[in-house]
Amino acid sequence: MLTMSSVSKSFLGARVLHGVSLDLEPGEVHALVGENGAGKSTLMKVLAGEYTPDEGTITLDGTPRAFSHPVQAQAAGIALIHQEFALLPHRTVAENVFLGREPVRRGLVDRRAMERRTAELLAELDETGIDPRMQVRELSVARQQTVEIVKALAASDVRVLVMDEPTAPLADHEVELLYALVRRLAARGIGILYISHRLREVFDLSRRITVLKDGRKVAALTTAETTPDEVVRAMVGRELRSYYPPRAEPGEIGEPLLTVTDAGNERLTGIGLTLRAGEITGVAGLQGSGRTSLVRALFGAAPFTHGRMTVTGRTLLPGSPRQAIRGGIALVTEDRKAEGLALRQSVRDNALLVTRAVSGVGTREVGGLLERVALRSRGQGQEVRYLSGGNQQKVVIAKWLAARPRVLLFDEPTRGVDVGAKSAIHTLVRELAREGLAVLIVSSELPELIGMSDRILVMADGALVGELPAGAAEEDVMRLATGDTAGPYEGSAA
Amino acid sequence: MTAVPSGSAAPVATHRPHALGRVRLGDPVVAVWLAALAVTLVGWIVVVMDGGEFMTRSTVTGILQNSVALGLVAVGQSVVILTGSLDLSVAYLVSLGTLVAAEMMESGSVLTAVLAVLALSAAVGLANGLIVTGLKVNAFIATLGMAFILRGYIEDTYTGPAGHVPASFRRLGYDRIGFVPVSVLLLLAVAVVAWLITRRTRVGHHMYATGGDEHAARLSGVRTGRTVVLAHVLCSLCVGAAALFLAARLGAGAPWAGTDARYDLESIAAVVLGGTALAGGRGGVTGTLGGVLVLSVLDSIFNQLSVDPFFKNVVRGVVIIAAVALYARPRSDRAAGRPRRAGRGRVKPGGAPGLPGQEQSA
Repeated sequence: MLTMSSVSKSFLGARVLHGVSLDLEPGEVHALVGENGAGKSTLMKVLAGEYTPDEGTITLDGTPRAFSHPVQAQAAGIALIHQEFALLPHRTVAENVFLGREPVRRGLVDRRAMERRTAELLAELDETGIDPRMQVRELSVARQQTVEIVKALAASDVRVLVMDEPTAPLADHEVELLYALVRRLAARGIGILYISHRLREVFDLSRRITVLKDGRKVAALTTAETTPDEVVRAMVGRELRSYYPPRAEPGEIGEPLLTVTDAGNERLTGIGLTLRAGEITGVAGLQGSGRTSLVRALFGAAPFTHGRMTVTGRTLLPGSPRQAIRGGIALVTEDRKAEGLALRQSVRDNALLVTRAVSGVGTREVGGLLERVALRSRGQGQEVRYLSGGNQQKVVIAKWLAARPRVLLFDEPTRGVDVGAKSAIHTLVRELAREGLAVLIVSSELPELIGMSDRILVMADGALVGELPAGAAEEDVMRLATGDTAGPYEGSAA
Repeated sequence: MTAVPSGSAAPVATHRPHALGRVRLGDPVVAVWLAALAVTLVGWIVVVMDGGEFMTRSTVTGILQNSVALGLVAVGQSVVILTGSLDLSVAYLVSLGTLVAAEMMESGSVLTAVLAVLALSAAVGLANGLIVTGLKVNAFIATLGMAFILRGYIEDTYTGPAGHVPASFRRLGYDRIGFVPVSVLLLLAVAVVAWLITRRTRVGHHMYATGGDEHAARLSGVRTGRTVVLAHVLCSLCVGAAALFLAARLGAGAPWAGTDARYDLESIAAVVLGGTALAGGRGGVTGTLGGVLVLSVLDSIFNQLSVDPFFKNVVRGVVIIAAVALYARPRSDRAAGRPRRAGRGRVKPGGAPGLPGQEQSA
């Protein structure tokens, strides 16, 4: 029904997809797996018309198609359900489903027809718990997801439904409902491309599995004839590159600078960890496992509600970032544009953001700091929005170094940073550890996490579920993170 | 004491699309109408205890009469605000409207004058809308700029009241049916039309969608630009109606007709008091009328009690801030929503799309 052949795509000279081919049959659930950055989302966005491919063709029902806009793909019957929904929370289900296509009778919107049709669509999917007249915000996230799907079904005769990590926002008991929904859609002859990190879901739902790695298709498997181990090997099977700086020698690791015991909040349970001077601790976990919640709790941005924490020997359970900063903790967030920088301010102002806020010092020399992080800019007066991602990240790091922290937390330290700047940042982080800082890194790029860390903590469902030594195998990390300590993936959901 | 039943303060059909049959006190529309009722009752008691009379025919008529001009402007203002825009030029447009109306009525027919005022209003609204959508100027600045332009013209052209409104048209300002001024019927008619447009037509649905989440609306195929432009035109037409009413009331055009009464800020206050979110996407005309009524009743009470203007304004300020603080409280029915992505600290409250897909290349 759907064939994508030899699709390639580059961004700013960086090739993200290398001639990837994929086909999909009606009523089939086809899983697309791969690590972060493997190109899954890019491939799906090409399919959905959000990106135009540089090379390659898309054929739907025998007709070659070239989409230049999502609306065209939609009209052709290809719908993409994003991880974040495009719903209006304060409007009703029916109003959302028919947004932009409201039925009209005698000049006025035919609310009843709209509600009736929505109810029919919901009934076709056996979704009886959703009243078309309810406001979307009154629904659980799982049901909002259903509404998003119904919206796609109402818009056109959907042939291909792309679901990008559909279980990421769901609670465990909601996953079963999603399974049922996916199977029902497939039973109607809709082909489903199912993107997921979670192998258990993939094995529960799919008929075939395509594995992407570094923008290439590395395996095309039939689910019934393969094993999770084989899939994991295909996902991570790479020669471990050795461009990471050398790890800490045992003698370089010093006293504990930050300890947490039995801490938690609404997203985290039973957190206990110790960060030592000179050591880089990596935290691995799937999206939604609580990695970001953990660093935000340590930093007081989404504080622990209970537990004990000491920083450089003093008791401190930070209730706000300000308290954490004063205690010597710094956090380089995953979203530097929204949370790390004042984009329209100068390099200098950004480098002084923290020191000015916390110590009230108005002016200070930043030249040394910028040299320390090897910033490349057209001077201290340049607005940071004009810098490359890597240089922006260096400004964020400089901003924190100005405050002389003892504990440095990184959430996705090299997201959106090009390869060259990436290794510069890796080297810098290692140097900072060597100078006696305690460093914690969260990264969804496993090679980076393994390459950088002196030990690795693994998170799942808001708790620390395991610890692995330096240089642990990606397979071991993945097994802990997917919640399978020993083995059988088959059958059991949740 | 003539106790007229306070039926005049009853809601004009508070429509709940969520029709599950229960009245939700947390709903701003319900809350503001209850507040209007409460303020009326409390005011009545206080005034009577003070030895005055409150719910007499003349005070009720006065309250209604005073609600008309602000009501018309505020209805228009709710339309732009719920579309996610704003109009700060309304006060000067009111002034200019009265002047144009009175001058044209002096020299020509009433009908041409009315049409001219509405045409002028529509043109100003169109300009506002095009500046906001086409030039991508923030609505606050765009309409503030328009306000300066209108003000410049008015101050340069007029030094005081001008024109003359014939008696036939002045009846709009003074005639009553029973104790209900006919101008109140004008307000109700405009409000009903605005309500129909916003709640019952496609473009109205698109206004809510655009105000609620412009990106989501556009992805759903809504032409957000023209939706905003239309909202501005509708708003200015309402303002034109207010200008016509004031011209009838004053008997002439006055450069201060809109600015003395601060219709720009007062209308925004009434809209917000009526539960429309300043960010757009939520609320509507029904709540706004309640907000206008609360402000007028308060005014009337203070006049009866001869309270000094300072205290009066303090109370108004407190009422507005308290109302918005109340609406901002998380409502219990929000509990259904779980954080979208457990790993994120910041979660957008609704279905706002962020950057889809976080995968980064290289």
